[in-house]
Parts: sequence; C-alpha cells; structure tokens
Amino acid sequence: MASPLCLRGGRIIDAARGIDRVQDLWIAGGRIAGLGEDAPAEVRSHPRPEVIPVAGAVICPGLVDMHVHLREPGQEDRETIETGTFAAARGGFTTVACMPNTVPPLDERSRIEYVIRGAREAGHARVLPVAAVTRGQLGEALTEIEELAEAGAVAFSDDGKPVHNAEVMRRALELTRGLGVPVIQHAEDRDLKGDGVMHEGWASTRLGLKGIPAAAESVVVARDALLAELTGGHVHVAHVSAARSVEIIRRAKSRGIRMTAETAPHYLVLTDEAVEGYDSRTKMNPPLRGTKDREALIEGVVDGTIDCLATDHAPHTEIDKDNDFESAPFGIVGLETALGVYLKALVEPKHLSLSELLLRLTVNPLRVLGRPGGTLEAGTEADVTVFDPARRWTVRASEFASKGRNTPFDGWELRGRVLLTVLAGRITFRSEAFEPSVR
Amino acid sequence: MIGQRKDLLGLEDLMAEEIVSILDTARTFRDVLDRPIPKVPSLRGLTAANLFFEASTRTRLSFELAEKRLSADTVHFQTTGSSVSKGETLKDTARNIEAMGIHLVVIRHTAPGAPHYLARNLDAGVINAGDGTHEHPTQGLLDIYTMRERRGRIAGLRVAIIGDVTHSRVARSNIWGLTKLGASVTIAGPPTMIPAEVERFGVAVAKSVDEAIEGADVVNILRIQLERQRTILYPSLREYARVYGITSERLKRAKPDVTVMHPGPMNRGVEIAQDVADGEHSVILEQVTNGIAVRMAVLYLLAGHKAPGETAAETPAMEAKPTHGEPSLPPRR
Repeated sequence: MASPLCLRGGRIIDAARGIDRVQDLWIAGGRIAGLGEDAPAEVRSHPRPEVIPVAGAVICPGLVDMHVHLREPGQEDRETIETGTFAAARGGFTTVACMPNTVPPLDERSRIEYVIRGAREAGHARVLPVAAVTRGQLGEALTEIEELAEAGAVAFSDDGKPVHNAEVMRRALELTRGLGVPVIQHAEDRDLKGDGVMHEGWASTRLGLKGIPAAAESVVVARDALLAELTGGHVHVAHVSAARSVEIIRRAKSRGIRMTAETAPHYLVLTDEAVEGYDSRTKMNPPLRGTKDREALIEGVVDGTIDCLATDHAPHTEIDKDNDFESAPFGIVGLETALGVYLKALVEPKHLSLSELLLRLTVNPLRVLGRPGGTLEAGTEADVTVFDPARRWTVRASEFASKGRNTPFDGWELRGRVLLTVLAGRITFRSEAFEPSVR
Repeated sequence: MIGQRKDLLGLEDLMAEEIVSILDTARTFRDVLDRPIPKVPSLRGLTAANLFFEASTRTRLSFELAEKRLSADTVHFQTTGSSVSKGETLKDTARNIEAMGIHLVVIRHTAPGAPHYLARNLDAGVINAGDGTHEHPTQGLLDIYTMRERRGRIAGLRVAIIGDVTHSRVARSNIWGLTKLGASVTIAGPPTMIPAEVERFGVAVAKSVDEAIEGADVVNILRIQLERQRTILYPSLREYARVYGITSERLKRAKPDVTVMHPGPMNRGVEIAQDVADGEHSVILEQVTNGIAVRMAVLYLLAGHKAPGETAAETPAMEAKPTHGEPSLPPRR
C-alpha cells in the first residue's frame, strides 16, 4: 500500500454531515480513509504515513466554485485551463464549473471533451463544463442538450449573455428537466442594460457613466421564475447582484419553484461607490450595486435564498483591462481571493458560522449541479482543503497563478489563508506560508 | 489651492475658495484680452498639447487661443474617439506625451474618466475639456464667471438649468460649481433625461420648465442632441421645442433682468427660440469671450505649479515670477 496521508490535529468541518471537531484526517489510495479512530487500523498502523501537522487550521471538503471562466479554447492570452485550475487550487478549490463563452463556445460535444481532457492533463482541479444553451450562444437554436450532457456538461448556460428569448428559455427548461441539470441564467434584460457600464444610481449620476438599473437583472429573474413554474425545469440564477432579485428568488422557492442562485464575493463587500476614480478593476457585469442590494444579498445568503457562493472568475489581459472605464471589458478574477473575501463578508461579522459558510462553498453548489460529493465521508474521493481562518495575508495580484490580475482586492489584507489543497488524495497546492498560526 | 493641483478634472474636486481664485484670476486675464496686443508671456517655454478624441470646434479654439495668449507652444491632436481607442490605448497615448516632454495636456474624450486615467499615468498637468457625459469644468467655470459678472454674486442666485441633464457634462460642472458657491439650482427636463438620485447634488427638480424658471436670475439652456440619444428618450425635437423650448413668453416668469445662457452650439428654434438667443437677456457670445479668459486662468494656475524651479507653496500663483524674468501679468485689481 502506498503511504497514506494524515492531516494531523486540524479542526475538521464537514458541514454536510454536521461534523466540527479536532481530529486527524486519514487519506489512502486517493480516498478518505476516515476521521481519527474511524480510519481502518491498517491505514493508521502504516509504518511510514505522510503526516502533515495542521493544528489550528480547518480541514474541510475541497471548495467548489460553480462559476468560472477558464477562457480556453480561444482566449489563452487571458487564461488557460492550466493556469485557471492552478489558480483554483491556490484558492482552495478542488472543483470548478467553467462557463461556455469561449471562442468558439462550448456548444458541441468535441469542445466539452476538449475541456475535460485539458483539465485531466493539467491535474489541478476537477473541471465541470457548462455547455451553451443555444448554438454559438446566439440565443436562437438550441444545442444538442442530451449529447452534451452525455459528454459531461453539468449545466447549460449562455453566460456572458442572457437567454433573452422567453420561448427559448422555456424549451431549454423543458428539455433539461428530465436530465436533472439546471439552466444557469445570466439574468439581464439587454435593452434595459443598453450600453450601461455600472450600476444606475447616485454614483453613476455623479461619474457621468451610463447606468444599468438593478431592474435589468430582476425582470429576467422574475420572468424565469414564472418559466420554471410553467415547465417544472430548474433555473439557477448566476451572480445575483440586486435586492429585488433576492426577493423574487425567495418568493419562488417558497412556492416550490425549482430556482437556485449564487452570488460572487465582490457583491458582498463592495458597492457602486468603489467605482469612484474610474478604476476599471471595479467594472464587472452585473455591476457593483448599492448598499441596500449588498445588505439584501447577505441576508439572502444567510437565509439560504442564495444557495451557493461562486466567484465569476473572469480573467482579462492587462492590455484590455488597463484602460478608461468605458473601454475596459467587464469582469474580475476571484479564485485566489474568494475564501478570504467571503470570510470577511460573512464570517467575521458573524452573519454565518464557518460551517455554514463552507456548506455554501462545497456541498451546495454540487447539489445544484446534481453531483455527489462535498463531504469527508470515508470511501469518497479525497478532495480536501486546509486553511487557517485566522492567518492574515495581503493580496498581491502580481503573485496570482491566474493570468488575470484584474482584481479590486489587490493590496487588501484578508484573513483565511489556504495552506493545502488535496485533489483525489494528491496535493495540488501547498502554501509556502504553511505553518499554521499559533493561537 | 488650485496652484498646488496638478490637474483640473472636475469641479466636484474643487473647494469653493479654489473656484473663486480661478474666477479672480480670470478677471485679470479678461482685461488682457481687451488690450491692443492681447498677449502675456506667462507660459513661454511651456508646451501644451490639445488632445481631442471627440470632435469640437469652439472648446478647441478657445483652449488654443488661451494657450497662445499666454505664449505657450501648442500642439494639437484631433481624431474621432473610436479609431484611436481601437489602435492605441490611452496608456500608450500617455507614454508618448511623456516622451515628448509636454507640460500641460488638454483632453476631450468620449469616455467619462479618460482624463482621470491620463492624470494618473502622467506627470504633466491634465485639464479635462469634456469627458463624455461626466464634466466639462472649464465650461462650468466660464458659465459661473459670466453669471458673477452679470449678477455681481453667485451666493443666493437662483439658477435654472433646462434640458438633458443625464447626458450633459455642462450641467454637472455647473451644478457642482454653483452649489459650492451657494447658488440655488433648479433643473427641469424630460424625465428620461434626469439622472437617478439627482437631488443628491443639492438641486431641486422642477415638474415643468415654467416652475423652474419662476423667479430665476439665470436660465442656462442645455443643448439637446436627440439624434445621438435615440428617440426612445424623447419622441421628437418638435415635441421637445413645444414642452421644453425656452421662448420669450416663458421667460416672462423669470426675473425681469434674467440672464440667458447656452453653452453652444445652439439648436435655434428647438431648445432656445430665435428671439431669446439674440435677445437682450442673452449673454451667449459673452460666454465665448469669457471662456478664453477662464481657460487662461486655469492654464496659468496649473502651470504655476509646474513651472521649473518654483513651487506653488513658495510662490502663490498670482505672484509667481516666470523663470525667464519677465513680468507675466498685469497687477491684480
């Protein structure tokens, strides 16, 4: 038997199973062998186990980000599967779902297979491809949904753009309903958005930048709630940014409609005031919104209306992004800062316990995608993240593994340092700042 | 004070005293313009670049004249926004300017914040000559200068601003400057052209043009550009003229000696009736002349900070001696 791995003395938080206690975690043969005494005797009595002391740190199931842009194929100057998944590992993620708005888009079997093969070769993280809803993401003809699902697509989305046509959305929901996969909607009314570049409000008025009203998102969320009700299909709302959207999703859920949702870190810690100074690193779509939206999102995360915490990791080259605000493209990176920002937004102010946060970063997104996993149950594949929730560190975009350096958090001091990321029993990232802080 | 600033990006950034100091300096330069030889050597040896990424006639001419009246060397660059932004980034433009040893950059751009971007990336002083729908600070200053000349004060003045406030950089700069100096500003325009949460500027929003004009000392009329803004914002110019156009009949609600202003170019018969444009209350051409003096003041004060061998802290702008030892300015009145 190969040497088992023992993560010694950490605080094991397996939120889905209600476990939060200090114990050793044993990993053998790529799978979880067990917690403490529950690990089989032959594993614990192995003559030369690899023991990593992690006292003071949290051991949890590998983090899952259900919304990233890996940019491959076609935009390898922004990100590749290799760099994007290594960024994921550095951020503590073992699984990411990648969006299909590549060039060309992921609308055919061969392209889904290309991504899966690339991810396997890179070996840094599990990549769950999301296929396009419509061919070329043009919003007209549907993709071959069953074949794409068979090839490994875990969801369907035209992300980057909304599925604008209500009938297309209806039919996509009808065809995905039986497959148990969601249609992920980039909720945005393209006419209301127009050529807006930031949230419409006092800040846009002052800065003279064209606004995108919050209603541009919420009207589509409302429409899709009705279409989910009509069809029985599953709508997952991507990157929720507006208070009214949270209200609509909450209401839809209470009526038994199959609607789930995610948000992204920046919407919980920044508002449209951050655009002051025209820093293009505060430009993303949907845009940073007002204080009331930010508060409503936190409330929605706390009460479970928003099921998942994603990143909408959207790398851009410096050439594209370092420009005047209007010319710069939408999007910021998030994989390497998400955990710290979420801790700051949700756990430090005591909106959520650590365990509640981790549910939303592990098992919840997997459930939305109809996937197993997200626990440390013996026998399951050992996807594990170890982080020190108290360790302070300073964000340095120049040191990111991602090719994208476009983050508004550069220079921020965050708590919660990822120390170790394990994928199927293999270490994919080990921090140089490894020794957990002493408390 | 303004002499310690590197850039003039917007009136939002200025304190009331800084605005007053620009207006006072402009008054001195206004007198220079009436001299037989309307030229002073204040900026001799300095180079100003006028970068116009958006078409402009009067603002460009006004800056060029202001620079020449101050004896600066001037270079011009004019293009339509898109062709440049496709080929060369603003960052490269900035680097080129740096390499050419230019001291002052006047920039007009379609993108709000473009001057701020240049200012961050350049040691040269940057003057915003209009950035998209954000600000047009020298226009705001020349409007306020003209109001002060005409009405004798700004504090307590009732100023009505009529038209498309959402897309107007002139409106924003006027509003910031006027409210900082204590004027009471009322705006009126189609509801589709009044931006979100506009009352947070400290302005009143009137329900109609008539309500806005009632008892006004100044009516500042914004240019309407329906062709560019899609008719979804307003049905037609005809309808606009009928509902928002300033006619002499409407003007009767204002103070009898009301001052009528327009930043130009005017759409006669649309936002402003022919007889109002050319009438006794109109100071529209005066605005144009004052614009040169105000821009001279801004260039002078910013260059005072930049002049070699001196700092604004040691030698306040108005007393600053140019390094070449010639008298730069007539004494302050």
